Amino acid sequence: MGGMDISTALQQQVLDAFHNGTPLNICGSGSKAFLGNASRGQAIDVTGHRGIVEYDPSELVLTVRSGTTLHEIEAALAEAGQMLAFEPPHFGEAATLGGTIACGLSGPRRPYCGSARDSVLGCKLINGRGEILRFGGQVMKNVAGYDVSRLMVGAHGTLGVMLELSLKVLPRPAASITVTRVCSAAGAVSSMSALLGKPLPVDGACFHGEQLYIRLSGSAQAVREARSKIAGGVLPDADNFWHALREHQLPFFKRNGALYRVMVKPATPPLNIEGTWLLDWGGAQRWLYSTEDPASLRHRIASVGGHVTAFRGGKQADEIFHPLPAPLLAIHQRIKASFDPKNIFNRGRLYAGL
Amino acid sequence: MPHLRENNTALISALRGLLPSESVLADAEDMRPFECDGLAVYRQLPMVVALPETVAQVQSILRLCHAHGVPVVARGAGTGLSGGALPLADGLLLSLAKFNRILNIDVHNAMATVQPGVRNLAISEAAAAYGMYYAPDPSSQIACTIGGNVAENSGGVHCLKYGLTVHNILMLKVVTMEGELLTIGAETLDSPGYDLLALMTGSEGMLGVIVEITVKLLAKPERAQVVLAAFDDVMKAGEAVGSIIAAGIIPAGLEMMDKLAIRAAEDFVHAGYPRDAEAILLCELDGTHAEVSEYILAVRNILTASGATEVRTAADEAERQLFWKGRKSAFPAVGRISPDYYCMDGTIPRRQLPHVLRRIGEMSAEYGLAVANVFHAGDGNLHPLILFDANKEGELHRTEEFGRSILRLCVEVGGTITGEHGVGVEKIDQMCVQFLSAELSQFHAVKAAFDPSGLLNPGKAVPTLRRCAEFGAMHVHHGQLPHPELERF
Ligand SMILES: Cc1cc2nc3c(=O)[nH]c(=O)nc-3n(C[C@H](O)[C@H](O)[C@@H](O)COP(=O)(O)OP(=O)(O)OC[C@H]3O[C@@H](n4cnc5c(N)ncnc54)[C@H](O)[C@@H]3O)c2cc1C
Ligand SMILES: Cc1cc2nc3c(=O)[nH]c(=O)nc-3n(C[C@H](O)[C@H](O)[C@H](O)COP(=O)(O)OP(=O)(O)OC[C@H]3O[C@@H](n4cnc5c(N)ncnc54)[C@H](O)[C@@H]3O)c2cc1C
Repeated sequence: MGGMDISTALQQQVLDAFHNGTPLNICGSGSKAFLGNASRGQAIDVTGHRGIVEYDPSELVLTVRSGTTLHEIEAALAEAGQMLAFEPPHFGEAATLGGTIACGLSGPRRPYCGSARDSVLGCKLINGRGEILRFGGQVMKNVAGYDVSRLMVGAHGTLGVMLELSLKVLPRPAASITVTRVCSAAGAVSSMSALLGKPLPVDGACFHGEQLYIRLSGSAQAVREARSKIAGGVLPDADNFWHALREHQLPFFKRNGALYRVMVKPATPPLNIEGTWLLDWGGAQRWLYSTEDPASLRHRIASVGGHVTAFRGGKQADEIFHPLPAPLLAIHQRIKASFDPKNIFNRGRLYAGL
Repeated sequence: MPHLRENNTALISALRGLLPSESVLADAEDMRPFECDGLAVYRQLPMVVALPETVAQVQSILRLCHAHGVPVVARGAGTGLSGGALPLADGLLLSLAKFNRILNIDVHNAMATVQPGVRNLAISEAAAAYGMYYAPDPSSQIACTIGGNVAENSGGVHCLKYGLTVHNILMLKVVTMEGELLTIGAETLDSPGYDLLALMTGSEGMLGVIVEITVKLLAKPERAQVVLAAFDDVMKAGEAVGSIIAAGIIPAGLEMMDKLAIRAAEDFVHAGYPRDAEAILLCELDGTHAEVSEYILAVRNILTASGATEVRTAADEAERQLFWKGRKSAFPAVGRISPDYYCMDGTIPRRQLPHVLRRIGEMSAEYGLAVANVFHAGDGNLHPLILFDANKEGELHRTEEFGRSILRLCVEVGGTITGEHGVGVEKIDQMCVQFLSAELSQFHAVKAAFDPSGLLNPGKAVPTLRRCAEFGAMHVHHGQLPHPELERF
């Protein structure tokens, strides 16, 4: 189905790096280069490894090379009336699937239809020894061997170069509508939490600028019925709103300063932390611009069972991702060594020493 | 005390120092109920059975075993179908049966925290008071434990729409072989670091002992309705499955049964299935009232267009339950018509259904063994039940050969040897068909990252390369199997 397979060249580059102990920096389009710790090492460019390998809409499964752009993938899916259920943020025209999966980022639909990781069915990768390995597959259910494919999601390229990914895809909902109303942050949190207990086709819930936004998607009937049960007016041009939220293009995201991604249990009441907040994922993912000391911020959020990523605009020297407890970090290091014994891939991108 | 392994009495008395005496079983008669799981063709008494009831006790037991090099096999309800919980003669069997409490139901955050020995169905029963439920529903749900579900990444009839165990859990507390307590995942939707939650799910008790699980709860749909369609040809039923999905409909469940299974189930629970049909499909739609009505209409039309001889919608909730009861009791129903049956679990791309069903029919004739097919058609997960009589000379052997041929066929058409029952001891040789040596080595390395001593459920799920070489050589000799080193598919 077109595209280009450069796996042999990529494998050779990894083999050379393995023999010489050269650190490699895996590069997609670089749209998320800001994300994670500063990258060092020789560039290994996967953007040339592209194209849809297999897509049969009636299987709900798509297999693509990792350098394929989200743009191309989404266009092919749209043609068949389907979509990536996790509504990935692109953060750039040329964002690749490999980079998206490596970062493990998902969009507004995530709490209701699953994450990037939930969509992954199989993965072909090059490990740090230069071996090409395949895990999972192109079927919905597969418990043969450990779930290495999903382990790649959010590993920020520290475990291997992903070559090919098989993803579960879903039909696009026939209809969608967004209901919005003015409310307080506390009111929004309790409304969004209450929706979790109701059998309504919600697939997006956000609180931003004193407004609560609820997206309903499904069959035309279902959406009409559900709309009548939720107070508020219908938002015109809702697609633009959710797109701008997903891509961080709302005015909220145009601020300077440190942007934090705060993960908490969705019903956690608004936190009394100095800064400006936007609540997505029904309250489970909260964006915060704050000048508070990052260490004390982490501490405050950990005390309510949450964790924090310094997403953008912070000081490069600070820890980006939430620190791991020592026994878990030790397992991370052993897993890293099991895939990449000479520590050549994306050194320190996720945690120092990984 | 490195020779303690030889000295069972010393280990047993050390265990009695950690647990009340009724929680340590060492007499053959007391240990008999633990000698096998749901795959009863494999049986083995362990050296000792321990039934702890606190996390601290689990930690102490594992530390003791670790110090003395004694292997440990965890066990939930023992309903597993691949011998995953099969004891080791020189090992300790760790039963989690006493961890049977639901610790917390958090309606506002739509989650529940439970102990590993809680039965799958008990979670949904407890959540029902709040209009919620736990989605994955294996047919064994009245008996199997949530700990076993996590260890096997179990599915159920509703996983086409709602996902497998891995999609429905948030956090685990796990004790390592060294006795260290880890928290994996978080109560939040994502958690920092590698996705160890995915790695633990389906790891068949080889990476750690699960002592607490936080699951997601979902709102009970306003309405669920099931359509039963009868076909005079299995192939047509297989094609209808693809047509429903292609129409953009994701049913809550989409199950298929063939004639032998239909008759067995009908005779057993009187579900109202058409006894003369070659195949039936059960298609469940759920959602809001109007949504379900809309989809029922669409599905009925597709089924009729696919050549169904009869399309019936359950008249009421009682009939819906009855339709499902027939499906969920299909395994025991088949157990009534044959002295023994062997349940396979391959998964294939959906479009291969007609081809694979035809091949299984042909092989059934070749091996002279009847097959009842009852399976999760929507996600291509087959459960051919091979009927045999273990008391007849050579029949078990022929059955196992037949089973292997089915699994090889699944791999050949781009599928997998196990969709939800796990590899265990049963399919360990078939792992050599599905994976290359380097992939198997990577699995061993992952195991070593969690369990460097290799004492947790050793010998299950991932074959040694040596075993594959022997297995491969044997079959290449008979010209039946491509060499495992060569390109697959
Ligand atoms: C904390 C954080 C903050 C972020 N902030 C921003 C932001 O402000 N703006 C923005 O636009 N994006 C941001 N990103 C996101 C990320 O850079 C993009 O979302 C991602 O989609 C980029 O795709 P890409 O092809 O451009 O990947 P790249 O940016 O090239 O790569 C992203 C990561 O994936 C790895 N990778 C790429 N391809 C592969 C592969 N085939 N196999 C293995 N690893 C691979 C890379 O090494 C890198 O670590 C952030 C990410 C994180 C984690
Ligand atoms: C009639 C019947 C129908 C079935 N239907 C289905 C179905 O529809 N879908 C499906 O997926 N399965 C099905 N199964 C298989 C089985 O019920 C599942 O695999 C179930 O998850 C096993 O749970 P258990 O508690 O019985 O685990 P066990 O059989 O006791 O153990 C299974 C594995 O999990 C490990 N384990 C158990 N508890 C723990 C723990 N706390 N920590 C670490 N490891 C642990 C064991 O070591 C073993 O490897 C069926 C079985 C039967 C008999």
